[in-house]
Formats: sequence, C-alpha cells, structure tokens
Amino acid sequence: MTLNTFNLPDVGEGLTEAEIVQWKVAPGATVSVNDIICEIETAKSLVELSSPYAGTVSELLVAEGETIEVGTPIISVEDAESAPEAAHDGGQGGAASDAPVHDGGPDGDVDRVIEADAEAAASPQDAIGTADDAPVPVPRMPGEFSGAESGAAGVQAAPGTAAPEVTPGPLVGTGPKADAVKRRPRKQQGAPGAGHVAPSSGAGRPASGPASPAPAAQAPAPAGSTAPDPAAPATRESAGRSAPQPAAEPPARVNPLNQLINRVLAKPPVRKAARDLGINLADVPATGSAGEVTKQDLMSYQSQRDAEQDGADSFWADRKVLGGGRIERIPVKGVRKATARAMVQSAFTAPHVSIFVDVDASRTMEFVKRLKASRDFEGIKVSPLLILAKAVIWAAARNPSVNATWSDDEILVKHFMNLGIAAATPRGLMVPNIKDAQNLSLKELALALNDLATTARAGKTQPAQMQGGTLTITNIGALGIDTGTPIINPGEVAIVAFGTIKQKPWVLDGEVIPRWITTLGGSFDHRVVDGDLSARFMADVASILEEPALLLD
Amino acid sequence: MNSSRLPAAEFDVEEVVRAAHPADTADLEPGTEMLRVLSPDGTMASGLTARIAGETVDFTPYLAADAEHLRSLYRDMFLIRRFDQESTALQRQGQLALWVPLTGQEAAQIGSGRALAPQDYAFPTYREHGVALTRGVEFAEILRLFRGVTNGGWDPRERNFHLYTLVLAAQALHAVGYAMGMQRDQLADPSLPPAASIAYFGDGASSEGDVHESMVFAASFDAPVVFFCQNNQWAISVPSSVQAKVPLAQRAAGYGFPGIRVDGNDVVAVEAVTRWALEHARSGRGPVLIEAYTYRMSAHTTADDPTKYRLSRDEQEWQSRDPLVRLESHLRSAGLADDTFFGDLDAEARTMATELRRAVLAMTAPDLADRFAAVYAEPHPLIQEELRFFEQYEAGFADEGKHA
Repeated sequence: MTLNTFNLPDVGEGLTEAEIVQWKVAPGATVSVNDIICEIETAKSLVELSSPYAGTVSELLVAEGETIEVGTPIISVEDAESAPEAAHDGGQGGAASDAPVHDGGPDGDVDRVIEADAEAAASPQDAIGTADDAPVPVPRMPGEFSGAESGAAGVQAAPGTAAPEVTPGPLVGTGPKADAVKRRPRKQQGAPGAGHVAPSSGAGRPASGPASPAPAAQAPAPAGSTAPDPAAPATRESAGRSAPQPAAEPPARVNPLNQLINRVLAKPPVRKAARDLGINLADVPATGSAGEVTKQDLMSYQSQRDAEQDGADSFWADRKVLGGGRIERIPVKGVRKATARAMVQSAFTAPHVSIFVDVDASRTMEFVKRLKASRDFEGIKVSPLLILAKAVIWAAARNPSVNATWSDDEILVKHFMNLGIAAATPRGLMVPNIKDAQNLSLKELALALNDLATTARAGKTQPAQMQGGTLTITNIGALGIDTGTPIINPGEVAIVAFGTIKQKPWVLDGEVIPRWITTLGGSFDHRVVDGDLSARFMADVASILEEPALLLD
Repeated sequence: MNSSRLPAAEFDVEEVVRAAHPADTADLEPGTEMLRVLSPDGTMASGLTARIAGETVDFTPYLAADAEHLRSLYRDMFLIRRFDQESTALQRQGQLALWVPLTGQEAAQIGSGRALAPQDYAFPTYREHGVALTRGVEFAEILRLFRGVTNGGWDPRERNFHLYTLVLAAQALHAVGYAMGMQRDQLADPSLPPAASIAYFGDGASSEGDVHESMVFAASFDAPVVFFCQNNQWAISVPSSVQAKVPLAQRAAGYGFPGIRVDGNDVVAVEAVTRWALEHARSGRGPVLIEAYTYRMSAHTTADDPTKYRLSRDEQEWQSRDPLVRLESHLRSAGLADDTFFGDLDAEARTMATELRRAVLAMTAPDLADRFAAVYAEPHPLIQEELRFFEQYEAGFADEGKHA
C-alpha cells in the first residue's frame, strides 16, 4: 500500500501556476491511469488533468478555486488492495502494484518484485486481460471539450497495464520559472580546516563568501557589521562577498566569474540610482523576471526607508505581509484586463449621465412573496430582480431610445431586448444576457434568470451568451449597496443599478412608517438619451416597483 | 459590466475572418481537383488519373492496395494515434514538457512516409511522428526530445530521417540543400541509387520566406526534392484560408513545377501520389509540391486550446472524414480484416503504450558533463576547464537540488 502524490504539472510552456476549477473525483473514488481527475485553468486555457496512478483517491490536497504554483501536490492516490487491478488477483496483485515503489527497498519486498516482474514479462496478454475488468479511458486530446468524441477511430486501446509500472517520476517540463528567482543557499566554504569556521561565524550571520579566505581576513567583516565601508553599507553582500577580496593568499584559485555570479542583478540606471541614493542593492527585494532589482523595487524600497525615517513604521508595521515592499503588485490579466479595457472605452467615449430615484418597493416585496408561495412558481427562485427585469422591459417599450446603440451617424433602436445581467463570477465580471427577453412570460423570465445565474456562477458562460446585449441591469443590492453610478456596457446606451432593498422610515399620508425602500440608479449615454427621456424611463421602472400590478395593463 | 466583449482578441479575429471569407473551406475545395481513391464511406476506386501541369498522369501503377499492404498501413496509423494519445496523457501528467499531437494527420504522414525508399531522406517538422514511425525511429526516442533529456533523440544518418525542426520552414531549405548535394554526389558517382529528399511542412510554414526561397532554388536546379505540405487548416489559431488565397498546390505553378492536391486523409492516395512525385524527382525532372488536404483534429500543441478559436461544428464535420475510420470500414466491408485483426492490433497498441510509459518514466536527465562533451568531437582544454569550473560551482550549493 503506497501513497502516491501527483504534483501540478506545467501543462503549457513555462506556465507557473493554475487554478483548480473542478475536481472530477472525490476521496475514496477509484481511479485508473489516464482517468480525468480534475479541470484546471491556466493563463492559457482550461485543461483536464488525468491521473498518472491507479488506486483509490486518498485526499484532494487543494480546494476548488484555489490558485497554486506548478509543482504543488494536488492529490494523493493510494495504491491499495482495493484498486481494481489488485482486486482481480488478490494479494499478488497488491504486490505487483507496490513493486516499483519498493524497488531497492527492504529485502523482504525484493522477491515479490521479481516475482511480479516475471509475471508481467511472462504473460503480457494476461496483464491486459486484467485491465479489461476495469476499463480505462483512452486519454483525451487537448481541446476536446466540445463534446466531440475522442479519437473517433472505432476500436481504441485503453492504457492497460501501465498502472503497476508507474512510479512517482521526476516532474519535468516545469522549466525555469518566470517569477523572481530564488537564491539557493550556498555551502559555507570556510578554510579546509573546520576549526577555522567557528570564530568567523561568531557574529551569528555566517559569511557566505564563494572562495575561502583565511580566517584573519574574514573576521573583520562580521565584527564591524555596522558599517566598515562607507561606500557600501554593511550588508550580507558586503560581509559575504567583499570579504574574500582582502584575502592575501587565497588557498584555492578564485575564479573572477564567482564574483559576477554573486553580484546583485540590476540594470545600469538602477545601479546608478542606488548609488546616488546610498542604497545597497543587496538590501532591496528583487522582483524582476530574472531576479534582478527593478526601478520599481528601488523606488518602493526608498519610500519604505523614508517612512522608516519618519518613524511611521510602527503604523505600517505589517508591511512584510506585502513581501517587504510598500506596494502590492497585482498582475492585470484575463477578465480583469478585458473589464478594464471595456470600462475605459465606455467611460471615455459615451458621455454618461446618471440619475437616481428612491422607490418604495414594499408592494414588490409582497408580490415576490406571493409568487414564491404560488404553486405555479414552485421550485423556481423568485427575487425582486425578476420584477425589476420585467419593469425594465416594460419601461423600455415606452421609451424605446434607451434600448439602442450609438454608431456615430445613426442610432440603432432595437425592437428586441437582450437583457444583460452583470454577474460577479469566479472568473471575474461577466455580463451574459437573456436573448429576446421581451417575449418571455414572468415565469420564463424567472427561469432564464436562474439559468443565467447558475451558468455564470459555475464559470461556464459562453462568449455567445455575452454578445449582442441591448440593455443591462447590475444588481449591486445583492452586495448590500444602496446605489452607484454604473458604467454602460459598451455598445449599449443605458444601464440600471438595482440597490439593496431594506426597511427605512418613509412618509406616507403624513405619517412616518417603515417601508421597504430601494434606490434605482441609471446611467445613460447622453448622445442618445437626453435627460427627460432618461428621467421618464427611470420613473416608469420605479412605478412598476411601486405597483407591480401595472404590468398587467 | 462590459463583458459582451470579454475575450475580445480571439473573437474579433474570428469575426473578421468570417466576414471576409464566408464559408471558407467550402470555397477552396471545389476549385481544385483533390485526388482521392478511398472515399470517406470506405469505398475504394480502382484507378487514379489526374491532369497535372497540362499532362494526364496515371497514378494507377503507383497504387498499392493489396490486403496485406492495407492492413499494415492501418496498423501504422492506429499505433501512431495511440502513441499520440499516450504522449498527450504523459504531458498532462507532468512527464513531458510539451507534446505536439498529430491526430487527424495519420494518413498524410504514414502514406507519404511509406512511399519513401531507404535512400531517400526526410526533413520533418516537429509533428511528423508518423513519418518517424515509417523510418524506424523508436517512439521512446521521440519522447526523449519532448521530455527535454536530449537535444536530438536519434541519429539522423542511420534512418535518413532528420532531427525535428522547431523553427519551422527552415527544414525546407535543408531539404533542398540536401537534394542538391545528392544531385552532385550522383554526378560524381553514377553508381549511387537515385534518391530524393522530402520536405515536410504545414500550411502555416508555407507563409514563411524560407519555403519560397527553397522552392525557387529547387526549381532553378531541378533539385530532387518533394515538398510535402500537410494543409491541416490551422496555423496555430490562423485558418489556412487567411494565408492562402488560392489552393496551396497551385502555388507550384508559379515556381514552375507540378503541384498536386491530394486528400490527406486517404492514405492510399497519399502513398501513390508521393511515390509518383519521388520518382519524378529522382529521375531528374525536378521538384513536386504535394498538398495533403487534412485536418488537425487536436490542439496545435498541449499548450494550445483550440476551443478558443475554432468551432466544434467544424471539428465534428472533419470527424466523418477520419483517416482511420475510412480505412477500417473499407477493410471490414471488403472482408480484408476481421475482428481478430482489430483486436490484436488493440492489444499491440496497449502493450506499446505500457512500454512507452515505462520507458519515459525511466528516462534520466543527462549529466552536466554531457553538455560539455557535445561541444567538440574531441576533448578540448578550454571546455575541460569550463566543465571543472561548473562542477565546482554546482558543488557549492548547500541544498541537494537538481540543476534547474
């Protein structure tokens, strides 16, 4: 019985990390070699990973939704007696599964190894037959998510007896990492006599000089670690790396390349700036792609140093959390990048005008409550968003210009409503839309909303579902926000923000009473929708929330 | 709230392409005659003739369609596809750095590879696993390259099969140069058997300058070379319709040598046409361009995701033209092979896959010293000194890491 762990491989060329999107197996499940175990998302694509081991899943080491570095163990598979191959021929099979792992192990196992090997060699046909009992899928080819049948070539071989042969081989193909290089610790290279090392490292910080100087030469460095050399403040680097130089007669030949190798990497302008600022580059945390100190690193280090001098450090004491710098870097990529691009495009091309209206949505709340209780809507999730969606469709028909597109020389008024719903999804902001929402009954609309939300939340929204939107609702109320100024989805001219609904004091017939109040916010492209039109549209939407019965007319 | 435009880059390109080339593949196909013997439904024609450069050429003498031969063609295609699948799985399990799948192109590769004579010399891209099989390269040797434990994998001179070219289109120049060399060897020693070289490339590489240059040279010198272009429709994510406004085979006319488009999923036709072309080249009549019209049914490499740029509908359309399916249905309907044959083949493929997995897992990374040993044929004092320095440097680390 052996526990094999599978480390996250680099499935692309030089990828450094991936997110576990979905596990296809659970602890206790039986897997064969090449069975799909999970789906991961890399910077390049969604990829299915297959198991290199046969056995029983013992543990999933990474949760869904977690982003991990290449090389991190993700699953452990127990090579147990209960594995299907083993079950076929009992204890013998178990030994066969164990064999390669114990190779070279305790003597007791060696016989069994030989036996198992001999068995495998003698009768490959039998071994294949064994595999037939537990059919293993032929590995899928990349990019076959479309449901096209794999291979398609009639009879396909299954990777049969590969299972027992698998040993946890070395992970290759991870390549050099694109992120900051980690410096490997160097051996302490004292003089050949071991006794010499002790005094020099007395300062608690062992000198890490590449060559081995005489102890006498090495001693001054740790001792005067405050600042022996004004030109280069005392640091690990100066202590460790410049120490060898004064050595009068190094016992081993010092290769000048060593000094180059140990030098802190930085481009000449950064070096000069550091010199001008009196900063030792070795003190600056390097984030460059090849482990070099970048200009940014230097600047953040300096601002950090300034802060220290101002005594404000006690307040920002936890800056180590940010990796030593004062600025946290979040790479802009994927959905974030696309969102940013689209927002800038929209905000700087369409002149936005935003208006707000407070609404007494108490009747909407009652209506929703009644719908939930009605037999017709049994099992369907109903929320005030449904009423708002219906209200927007109704109001757009009365004010058609809000359901339009601006194209410089003409305005395209859409006589259909592809109603977009902005959704926060695991992959970022998505705006899938409900096609021809104007044709849907209340119930159909409710179903469409549910469907859209489920798909988006599962991260399975297809590009086509996000194209061709005509008007968008963003439900910021779901997050407890009263209102905001939404930015129009590019290609549209109006967006409605639905604030949270909560009980507030409201004046009705001269009396203050608690009512369910919400705020509607709307942004409109002023090139198409003028103030009075946007006001009429918002008032119409509000009127439905105040009295859903108006939908009946 | 923007995201109707989310994965903008890919879809924009696709839309532009679709707007500019409505129904692209359909456009190209009727224009040019595509040579075919074995149709997708498995029926086999008895002969094959075509008009090439104004002359009628009869390919019938080059057709090899006896039962034994067809079965061996099927076996090669089946094994190479299984090899492809196992290699893809090994990559996904972290055992290979990268894999370049060939699924869909088995007929083009096996058919052309089997047409080669021992003295012919092939210059592959990095996808020609099928041709490698026909030249006797071991599967494990190929995977050594993709596991990153060798710079080459096999000795090209032993199999007349050059090392994989990773910077594509360069191999077309190599093939023409080699052909011109063979031409000169034969002038010097007429007893040598007539031979030709064959340059493999794809529709993507056909857009690169190297291919143009090599075709100009080949035509100028009547070099004994066959340009074998597998038009698999996709240069990574760019459809071939963007790169070629006329069928690729027609480009040969501009250089002044024959160009033929053959159904790249018909292994029998590919073999016959390649045989004819090689003979054409060997007999001193100059180069030939063969465009094998096929489809890359999988990703460009394991680092690629084709669902981002092509439609599953197109993929499914090509499923029906699968090279293995059509030969299998012919073998079955003509009674040339039975379940025993397919069952045995299946078992053979499994054993192969198992052995392959074992071999890959047993591969070890070369020593640092091996790198230095490959610089000069004989020991060299400077290299020796550098090796000593590196060994000393490596030994200086406190942790026990492999060199990254």
